[in-house]
Amino acid sequence: MPKDSGIGAPTKRREDVRFLTGKGRYTDDLNRPGQAYVHFLRSDVAHGRITKLDTSAAEGMPGVLKVFTAADFAAVGGVPCGWLVTDRFGQPMKEPKHPVLAEGKVRHVGDPVAAVVAETLAQARDAAEAIELDIEELPAVVDMRLALDTESALVHDDAGTNLCFDWGFIEDNAAAVDAAIKAAPHVVTLDLVNNRLVPNAMEPRAALGEYDAADDQHTLYTTSQNPHVIRLLMGAFVLGIPEQRLRVVAPDVGGGFGSKIYHYAEEAFVTFAAKALGRPVKWTCTRSEAFISDAHGRDHVTKIELALDNDGRFLALRTDTLANMGAYLSTFAPCIPTYLHGTLMAGNYATPLIYVRVRAVFTNTVAVDAYRGAGRPEATYQIERVIDKAARELGIDPVEIRRRNFIKPDQFPYQTPVAVLYDTGNYHDLMDVMERISDRAGFPARRKESEARGKLRGFGVAAYIEACGIAPSSLVGALGARAGLYESATVRVNPTGGVSVFTGSHSHGQGHETTFAQVVSDMLGIDAAQVDIVHGDTARVPFGMGTYGSRSLAVGGSAIVKSVEKIVAKAKKIAAHLMEASPTDIEFKDGRFSVAGTDKSVAWTDVTLAAYVPHKYPIEELEPGLEETSFYDPANFTYPAGAYACEVEVDPETGKVDVLAFAAADDFGNVVNPTIVEGQVHGGLAQGIGQALLEACAYDETGQIRSGSYMDYAMPRADDLPSYKVDNSCVTPCTHNPLGVKGCGEAGAIGSPPTFVNAVLDALNSGGHEVAHIDMPLSPSRVWAAINGGNA
Amino acid sequence: MYAFEFVKPATIAEAVKALADEDAQALGGGQTLIPTLKQRLASPSALVSLNGIADLKGVAVEGRELRIGGGTTHATVAREARTYPALAALAGHIGDPAVRNRGTIGGSLANNDPSADYPAAALASGATIVTNAREIAADDYFQGMFTTALEPGEIITAVRFPIPQKANYQKFAQPASRFALVGVFVAKFADGVRVAVTGASESGVFRWSEAEAALGGNFSADAVKGLKADADGMIGDLHGTPEYRAHLIGVLTARAVAAAA
Repeated sequence: MPKDSGIGAPTKRREDVRFLTGKGRYTDDLNRPGQAYVHFLRSDVAHGRITKLDTSAAEGMPGVLKVFTAADFAAVGGVPCGWLVTDRFGQPMKEPKHPVLAEGKVRHVGDPVAAVVAETLAQARDAAEAIELDIEELPAVVDMRLALDTESALVHDDAGTNLCFDWGFIEDNAAAVDAAIKAAPHVVTLDLVNNRLVPNAMEPRAALGEYDAADDQHTLYTTSQNPHVIRLLMGAFVLGIPEQRLRVVAPDVGGGFGSKIYHYAEEAFVTFAAKALGRPVKWTCTRSEAFISDAHGRDHVTKIELALDNDGRFLALRTDTLANMGAYLSTFAPCIPTYLHGTLMAGNYATPLIYVRVRAVFTNTVAVDAYRGAGRPEATYQIERVIDKAARELGIDPVEIRRRNFIKPDQFPYQTPVAVLYDTGNYHDLMDVMERISDRAGFPARRKESEARGKLRGFGVAAYIEACGIAPSSLVGALGARAGLYESATVRVNPTGGVSVFTGSHSHGQGHETTFAQVVSDMLGIDAAQVDIVHGDTARVPFGMGTYGSRSLAVGGSAIVKSVEKIVAKAKKIAAHLMEASPTDIEFKDGRFSVAGTDKSVAWTDVTLAAYVPHKYPIEELEPGLEETSFYDPANFTYPAGAYACEVEVDPETGKVDVLAFAAADDFGNVVNPTIVEGQVHGGLAQGIGQALLEACAYDETGQIRSGSYMDYAMPRADDLPSYKVDNSCVTPCTHNPLGVKGCGEAGAIGSPPTFVNAVLDALNSGGHEVAHIDMPLSPSRVWAAINGGNA
Repeated sequence: MYAFEFVKPATIAEAVKALADEDAQALGGGQTLIPTLKQRLASPSALVSLNGIADLKGVAVEGRELRIGGGTTHATVAREARTYPALAALAGHIGDPAVRNRGTIGGSLANNDPSADYPAAALASGATIVTNAREIAADDYFQGMFTTALEPGEIITAVRFPIPQKANYQKFAQPASRFALVGVFVAKFADGVRVAVTGASESGVFRWSEAEAALGGNFSADAVKGLKADADGMIGDLHGTPEYRAHLIGVLTARAVAAAA
């Protein structure tokens, strides 16, 4: 296949034609006949007991159809959690109920207390103001460190504690790690915070519920990364609707970054209310509402210890983390600080002994769950920051100390001490590329030039590994997942040769419609324009697990490959029959079937037509039609890795940091579309630098959100960021999936925060400011305070 | 947004009349008011748009002063205030292009956001705020955060800026809003130097008299080196402590002096 269309071709994204011309169709663009609107009355206090909730005046307001409260959901289940973590002592995590609407207590600012459905949104908002709500305020649990005190108020009274679980990994290694740390000549310790982030997808969440009484069918249109998962969770656990009566559609979705994985109460609400009222009910989140209702990300407080010998070799690593769960357990919240974080704590290094302790804590804040990288950025940040500190303390070059400890190319497959098995990688090569594309050798001259202008210039490096392509179902099942993590694909060849691919993956910015079509085009030797990708509708696509964790190509793409392989095998049999040859003699190349050693051949379209017009057809041996479905369950995670460099300039007078350059050398295995991969890296880097330089979701001690809008929550903008140097030339193909691909969506967000922070600290130390650490984001005031020995 | 009446008079007199109703609210560019209304934080009975009044628009040199109509957008000032480059540059860096093409100088000064840019320019320039009823010296006009000498229903019809010999505005952006975390406007006149600080104080824009005194005799960055603004009364928030803001005042003042043209 020519490289302008198949695997490896840097084609433009076909979906961008509709996105860039305003033809994208998002949930809020959809309107159903008779549609009503819901407005949620949300708690404006973080913690309190509902002492009065009188909706009678609101019920009488113009246009109001009904005001719902928790009482209406008495017969309905809570919003479920999809992962059960078992603690160090063999006990299950605390799993308090998460009601659709608050029952008795409110537990965070934004907790929905009542829902007004009216003819118009303005009427619903007017009526919400007429609801009489009294809340007896209780002390808010905000700081995780205080939440575990016995005197602390309790977020969930029934739980008896704010500790969701106390997890150790691997518990059996704890004693050996402790002994190694005690005996080591050098132990480098770092206390750090991985700052809480608000996801801020460009499209706010929306949900539209509809009920057809004629055939007892529910439909939910929603901003989701995984419509089948929503159908399962909401149908089975919340509303008791069997799958065949519930259709979930996630049309065009404008970004998710994890925040649209989860099943949210608003989805259950509109589905429930649509049946209760006999009217379609729509909810569209406002931007302000998103800050207090979308699941947040990160929010870890960690102490990490790295033990080294006199040569700077790593002997042991131990971390102790408090992970914020927020007020309720979001769908995958418990697995993020545990299995997506603890298992990555080896990083790129052959550290022999590792122990990870994580205590998950309930607080009166918005729920926290996966956000681009999900556990892996938190792991990478700790490792790469403590290594940088160790390099400075031991006087070893930061690149050299990493190289000295890297897992060597001949050590793969490499069994880490934290359960996972890396199949392949070459971290030394990545470091070589990083040093080259960042012109590390030229840095001293550039530093001099900055110093001449009164600025401090810093060069920071970091390496990262991530586990993508989640995951073998049997493994995650053993670790507590209440779901499988395979992916599905149906490949339907149409009579005239065009192909429709129905994938369980979901594209919300990743460009699947382009990439998946390239894979099919390459395998079938037909033009990519002949291949359509269908996703996002449970009525059309087979049961699939959706898109997150950089899994779509590695898992969803593999399912497509398997189906196409079945198509080709069957098509060869049809072709053999058409040419009166043996199927084993059929060769398929560039869209033609030929008989080996002869000049006999038939075209792709001859075979596809024969499959559906089976006049001359081996009907006794072969069914008509050309459509195959596969479910691919991966054998292992994939392990993309990279080496990053960041160059910054600090204004010592103001503490302002400018990011001057960023170089990313990544090994994603084989690459299907280099342009899309580069775009994914760019986006990830912007998000990671955003976390490290700008973004902070802050709460005050009463549980009020201090950065609840873009006036105070700083999103990265184009002029905050440099032009990136991105290189994907290091390729160690994944050994266990058919495409040899690894995943690229989260890499930038995982590797960039420590790279950036290391660069700033390098700059400060070069100016004689002995600063060991600054917590993210490195805002001007924090950097200035660090320079001047105080707090921001 | 709550329901309101909307009127768009063509003359100042009509606007004044429409604003006589105590629940009526003047609407300039709406860059603060419209978001406030959308969040249901205000419920005026009527919005009186000033955008249809030709007399409120335009930039003109009148003697040694620059006269800017109260309804003139930031984009227009950035483009047309050539005789006062520091002011044009300030206007050209307010918000983003959308804000600059809607927001007006009168709206900004009437709102007197403690982090807004124009108050620093007006106070440092010793500008005169002209209303439908009177003329108010900048020194008398700014009375604290979101508080001015304007009476209810009073409309800023123009602002008259004396043109300094040299001036410069240094804005240190708050990372999220990009309003001034601290902004310092320095203006040198034949009879002295005026330094106005925005973004920093809990009392809104203010003149830094110690710096003015130091610069009066020696207009150089060195003259303010070592001069420290008092952190007492400065804003402390997510983006900076009072001490940080006080420190920035000194840094930005020196930079403004060095850059003044």
